[in-house]
Amino acid sequence: EVEETLKRIQSHKGVIGTMVVNAEGIPIRTTLDNSTTVQYAGLLHQLTMKARSTVRDIDPQNDLTFLRIRSKKHEIMVAPDKEYLLIVIQNPCE
Amino acid sequence: MEIVYVYVKKRSEFGKQCNFSDRQAELHIDIPPNPELAEQFMERNPVDTGIQCSTSMSEHEANTERFEMETRGVNHVEGGWPKDVNPLELEQTIRFRKKVEKDENYINTIMQLGLIMEHCVKQNNAIDIYQEYFDDEDAVEVTEEAPSAKTINVFRDPQEIKRSATHLSWHPDGNRKLAVAYSCLNFQRAPEGMSHDSYIWDLGEGRTGSGRDSRREGPGQEGWEEPSSPLVTLEYNPKDSHVLLGGCYNGQIACWDTRKGSLVAELSTIEFSHRDPVYGTIWLQSKTGTECFSASTDGQVMWWDIRKLSEPTEVVIMDITRKEQLQNALGAISLEFESTLPTKFMVGTEQGIVISCNRKAKTQAEKIVCTFPGHHGPVYALQRNPFYPKNFLTVGDWTARIWSEESRESSIMWTKYHMAYLSDGAWSPVRPAVFFTTKMDGTLDIWDFVFKQCDPALSLKIFERETRREKILEARHREMRLKEKGKAEGREEEPREEEVSINLEELVAKAEEEFFNVIYSEMKRKETEALRKPTEVRAWGGARMGGGKAWH
Repeated sequence: EVEETLKRIQSHKGVIGTMVVNAEGIPIRTTLDNSTTVQYAGLLHQLTMKARSTVRDIDPQNDLTFLRIRSKKHEIMVAPDKEYLLIVIQNPCE
Repeated sequence: MEIVYVYVKKRSEFGKQCNFSDRQAELHIDIPPNPELAEQFMERNPVDTGIQCSTSMSEHEANTERFEMETRGVNHVEGGWPKDVNPLELEQTIRFRKKVEKDENYINTIMQLGLIMEHCVKQNNAIDIYQEYFDDEDAVEVTEEAPSAKTINVFRDPQEIKRSATHLSWHPDGNRKLAVAYSCLNFQRAPEGMSHDSYIWDLGEGRTGSGRDSRREGPGQEGWEEPSSPLVTLEYNPKDSHVLLGGCYNGQIACWDTRKGSLVAELSTIEFSHRDPVYGTIWLQSKTGTECFSASTDGQVMWWDIRKLSEPTEVVIMDITRKEQLQNALGAISLEFESTLPTKFMVGTEQGIVISCNRKAKTQAEKIVCTFPGHHGPVYALQRNPFYPKNFLTVGDWTARIWSEESRESSIMWTKYHMAYLSDGAWSPVRPAVFFTTKMDGTLDIWDFVFKQCDPALSLKIFERETRREKILEARHREMRLKEKGKAEGREEEPREEEVSINLEELVAKAEEEFFNVIYSEMKRKETEALRKPTEVRAWGGARMGGGKAWH
């Protein structure tokens, strides 16, 4: 079912790429090329950590559930977890 | 002082063993204390000495060798592969990946994250959530035009003895018909032979039609039976537009059906009616649509069912001491009922207090919920704001006040004290902060509280126009009289009349035509007397809300 889920996400309109990265930065699953993936993985991992610590600093009971970065060209969505990160890059239709 | 003791030892005895022996103590030197020495010293008493009881410590500094640090970014080229996996070897990496994918934790996690992610992806696809929905510039509505009002129609009492219009009620369906109650409210000063009729005016087709063109019908007009007493108030039934309720000057309640024609449908019996003129009548929201209630200055509020007007269904005495004593009761001058709050109603009294009552209370005493004091004179008008029912407007003495139900000590907003007594007020049904007030000097003020609080947004003088018209009518009349007598002086009057007419051309044209009719019928009577009476009564009538005039 993991396959199905990832395939389904990838098939949505506007989705450029999907990747699953583990806590060490190793891309488990990716639809983009390796170097891009690794770059995304490393950078987004740090950012997610920072975001999570920010949320928890403000309210210790709170936790980060989702992270959305909207840029001019596209939107990067990160769904964090203890061990893994699910990253999707989408081009939202305007 | 040197103390010396000399002992002698032979040379030959050097090095000889010492034999110790005991002997008695010998006093060698004795030094007695010398008091003279004491004089060199001074006794000090007390003696201060500092002592400290703590651990003795010492201070010491040390500096470690500095450790150089530098912030640098690291560019990951390849992920943090565990030691046993060689990143360059494809096989190993694939194997590692497969292993991770088999992990149960991985599967669960991905399912969960996948759900969240999908939601957001779909959201993005659905609409652009970051779109600018409102333009940056604030569109401030600035009305260029100054507020203004225009007379559309004038309806004048067709009777010879002019009465004041005391109450107006618009037809509930379209705003075409207007029921007007005429009476003379000055106590026992109603002139002899004054008609008791009241009328329903139809505004006719054109909006600029003069009052003369409109048809009028009503109780006491052409086959309608005249009521025994003039009507102080008149109300259309909001549910059934053919039924009208009227409150009489003598305290009775009367009911008409326009379909049935002339006869008064029902009239309440004198014994059970009010003892003073009925100042307020309002229809109630009920399933049958036949319930109404009335209030009067005798201090009672009565509920009626129009099918049986012989007796009121309920009577409440406006006694704020809650003892139901009629002597202590306050006379009711205005009545207010909002169909959205069906169990509550409010009564404005002659003493300046507004009483809020609950209809559904069990005992008479509990009917009166609270009072709102604040006016110095009778509360002539009382109305809830149609948009915010918790706030209501009262008009009395020289001010108009806005109240909130929550604050019972005083009103929340009030206008400044005017020069003339305020006679009536009403909220605008379309704009929440606009209300109208009328004054005894003949001005109609339109207040817009959103725009300006200290002054009315627009102030219109009705009275002045009336006096002008009187002057025009006088001038015209004199002119006609003189023309009839065929004197040349009539021409002198004309230029004067033309001067005035430059200002109010429309009104003159209207007034002319109307006046021709009046002149011909009044030719034989004393004209000056006839003119003076309408001036008086109409002046007072002009100040009542919509008295003699209809505003759109």
